[in-house]
Amino acid sequence: MAEPTPKPGRRASGWSNFIGWVDERFPILETWDYHMVKYWAPKNFNIWYVFGVLSMVVLVNQLLTGIWLTMSYVPSGDGAFASVEYIMRDVEYGWLLRYLHSTGASAFFVVVYLHMFRALMYGSYRKPRELLWLIGMAIFVVLMAEGFFGYLLPWGNMSYWGAQVIVSLVGAIPVIGPDLMEWVRGDFLMSEITLNRFFALHVVALPLVLVMLVFVHIVALHHVGSNNPDGIEIKKTKGPNGVPLDGIPFHPYYTIGHDLPAIVAFLFIFCAVVFFAPEMGGYFLEKPNFEQANPLKTPDHIAPVWYYTPYYAMLRASTFPLFGLTAKFWGFVVMAAAILLPAVIPWLDRSPVKSMRYKGLASKVMLTVFVVSFIILGYLGTIPPSAAATTLAQACTVVYFAYFVLMPWYTRVEKTKPVPDRVTMR
Amino acid sequence: MTRIKTLLFAVLLLPGTVLGAASDYPMEPMRPNLQDYPSLQNGARLYVNYCLGCHSLQHQRYERTADDLRIPHDIMLDNIILTNQSIGEQITTAMDRRAATNWFGAPPPDLTMVARVRGADWIYNFLKTFYLDDIRPLGVNNKVYPNVGMPHVLYGLQGVQRSACIQAPKRAANGGEMRDPLEPGRVITEEQCGHLVLEEGTGLYTPTEYDQAVYDISNFLYYVGEPTRLERHRLGIYVLLFLVVLYAFSWLLGREYHKAVR
Repeated sequence: MAEPTPKPGRRASGWSNFIGWVDERFPILETWDYHMVKYWAPKNFNIWYVFGVLSMVVLVNQLLTGIWLTMSYVPSGDGAFASVEYIMRDVEYGWLLRYLHSTGASAFFVVVYLHMFRALMYGSYRKPRELLWLIGMAIFVVLMAEGFFGYLLPWGNMSYWGAQVIVSLVGAIPVIGPDLMEWVRGDFLMSEITLNRFFALHVVALPLVLVMLVFVHIVALHHVGSNNPDGIEIKKTKGPNGVPLDGIPFHPYYTIGHDLPAIVAFLFIFCAVVFFAPEMGGYFLEKPNFEQANPLKTPDHIAPVWYYTPYYAMLRASTFPLFGLTAKFWGFVVMAAAILLPAVIPWLDRSPVKSMRYKGLASKVMLTVFVVSFIILGYLGTIPPSAAATTLAQACTVVYFAYFVLMPWYTRVEKTKPVPDRVTMR
Repeated sequence: MTRIKTLLFAVLLLPGTVLGAASDYPMEPMRPNLQDYPSLQNGARLYVNYCLGCHSLQHQRYERTADDLRIPHDIMLDNIILTNQSIGEQITTAMDRRAATNWFGAPPPDLTMVARVRGADWIYNFLKTFYLDDIRPLGVNNKVYPNVGMPHVLYGLQGVQRSACIQAPKRAANGGEMRDPLEPGRVITEEQCGHLVLEEGTGLYTPTEYDQAVYDISNFLYYVGEPTRLERHRLGIYVLLFLVVLYAFSWLLGREYHKAVR
């Protein structure tokens, strides 16, 4: 039988035929338009608007490297530590997968913290983006849990004792604490049983939740539209064709014009760490974690990885019992409150304007001292406790909470600047 | 609760060796060099002869070590692999863990990662600062790891070292040596204790040779801690160069789109 002769222009029409075939069965063109070429993004985005897409890049990195690490990792008390070294030495490019994953964990928090700071600065949590912010907060909490569960898996000594310290917080809950702690661990002490459940949560349950939340986060974002450094709703001023006058198509102006160079620049810094400083002086990979978990040998100084240290410092700053409950329990409450309090910020901010560009001095000062106290707390969480450090941590904890608790007051009384009708390019 | 009490009690009873008391001994710097192959090869030789009897390198394989350190396989098999193991196997020790626990109080730890936990400079200083101490069960003590439960294995090479009191220059508040104002140039000394003094001629090596041997062992353990380090750096250069080029193009491309905005 003779081969059919290809018709001229078969490829091009073949592609559009294929897209047409799919589009009749799935709204592929509509989706592409809605989320990419007809998603009108404000034209005045600045550098702060790259951290969302960078979070996605890191998420993909974590998922891919994680899948390949799982292929060689052994989740057992005897095998976990050795299997990580097996990956580091005997698996082809296993060291690269592992460092990409461990550095990725830190990079995730770097970009997420900056992404959240952007939102605080430009009021991205304000109406109509309250739900977007809440979904983001849920992502943040799940991410913290994901990192915590993942940190136990190498079964190093710091993994072991760090997890032990955090799980023991559950034990500080009055009445049910000790039983609850045993239930969480599944054993009388941290053991292989704990390791196995943390593994299941880290590689299946939480990644699923995380990916779904990220999807929902983007759906919500594209429904309300992006905020911008001026905090102006671009949907208010539309042209005759119904397109916001200050909006430009997300694709290609932001995907290629803005995000692509930013992703490459980020990858440069990220790879510089992966290839030349994967331990980051003990901040990304802690030295005691190169020693196998040993229930009889407590590290000299137990410190969580840097991205939890601000909260850990607040936990340790609680040093006195209250209402008959232990200081440890109150520390747990303070830490949980510090993590969850940002969720209600859309209802704490009473300013008539969104962006820091038009807010008054009080908001600027509060945001600055908030960030400074957060960084100081982060440092204090990495060093052994001392009287001076504890006092400083207590002061910074007060500042941290004051930023939120006093917000309804200082955002209302301060004098704001007039907001222009159209976005400004600066 | 009784379980925890028993545990705490057990911890208290453990000899200092297990808990690894910290020391503030002023450490000499030691800069590893992964491209100094003679040093690494000698380190491997010394390790197999003096350390492997007790301390395994269980995550590291003979074959990769031979290839990375440029040791031909037949030489590796004849001179480094002193057991009947094949070259593809891991560097394990013949010492029985249970017996070792009886002898030393704790089994000698695996040292694959010791350079990553403590640092190569720590190993270097540790191996240099054993000294005679009659109080310790094995007759020796250590400056950077006080009350260590390990004998001075390199004793034959280094010789007898004691912790002694010597006349050393007295230091002024600003850190400088104090001089006698009445007798120009004369250094004021004081008795300082805890100095390590080597009895000359008691060891097989001269102090310089011994320092080099200890350097080689530390350098080798630094390599074993992360055998892929050189490959990581080599590959990293190419990755970063590629990203620089990619950035230039992505920036130029992005600029074309930016022109259209405004």
